[in-house]
Amino acid sequence: MALKFSKKTKAETGIPTASMPDIIFMLLIFFMVSTVFKEFRGIPVRLPAAKKIEKLPGKRNVAYIWADDRDRVSIDDKFVEISEIRRIMDPKLRDEIAPLRVVSMKIDERARMGFITKIQEELRETGGAALNVNYSTKTASN
Amino acid sequence: MMVEKKKKRTSEIPTSSLADIAFLMLIFFLVTTTIDVDKGIGLVLPPKGETKEVAKKNIMNLLVNAKGEVMIDEQIVDMPMIRNIVQGKLKENPNLIVSVKTDAATKYRHYIQVLDQLKQANATRISIAEPERR
Repeated sequence: MALKFSKKTKAETGIPTASMPDIIFMLLIFFMVSTVFKEFRGIPVRLPAAKKIEKLPGKRNVAYIWADDRDRVSIDDKFVEISEIRRIMDPKLRDEIAPLRVVSMKIDERARMGFITKIQEELRETGGAALNVNYSTKTASN
Repeated sequence: MMVEKKKKRTSEIPTSSLADIAFLMLIFFLVTTTIDVDKGIGLVLPPKGETKEVAKKNIMNLLVNAKGEVMIDEQIVDMPMIRNIVQGKLKENPNLIVSVKTDAATKYRHYIQVLDQLKQANATRISIAEPERR
């Protein structure tokens, strides 16, 4: 009696690893290309929340203005006077490699409107793309 | 004659650790990548010195005081109601301009809430008036 039918076929259970470096390299290159290092951090602010919000077009053509509730303004990691904003924004507008498209305002939710209007007045004086303002907010969780 | 035996030099670059190196770099870039996109409410400010005469019937006055109370055309309304009111008014008059006027002491948070409500009502013509100075 030859019980041949009991012979099991051993299924291959190993994952092929030959192409793993290629896959990793692909991922690596993707992340290398898409990474934008944070250039500066600004000042700690508590952003307000809103529902109907839009994305900024990117990070390379954006100027950030930080303002907190103690009437301090920070651009490019430096505290500046409101009257200096125009002088700082002007070369950004004329930058040939990455001209400014949007000004992102990171303003503390406790800041007062009188102070914010002063910043906006200064941006209006600058003109051009500095008029494109984006009030940075968090996403409101209903 | 054992002297003849040459040692064959291997001239290949070892590739066994390649995956590890790539992995390490991958993890580094994964960690440093900031995926979170900046989001916010967009608005285009008017250039300096640009003033337009607008018919009174096309203007809706929206006032925000220092406490965050909102008044639309002489009536106090709740913040979440702005959306419906503005939507209704826009249906009546699509050329309506919403003029947002704040107090100098109004909190920025309230201002953003108002703008958010206006954006939700699809109001595109928004005017920002100078705050009341005291």
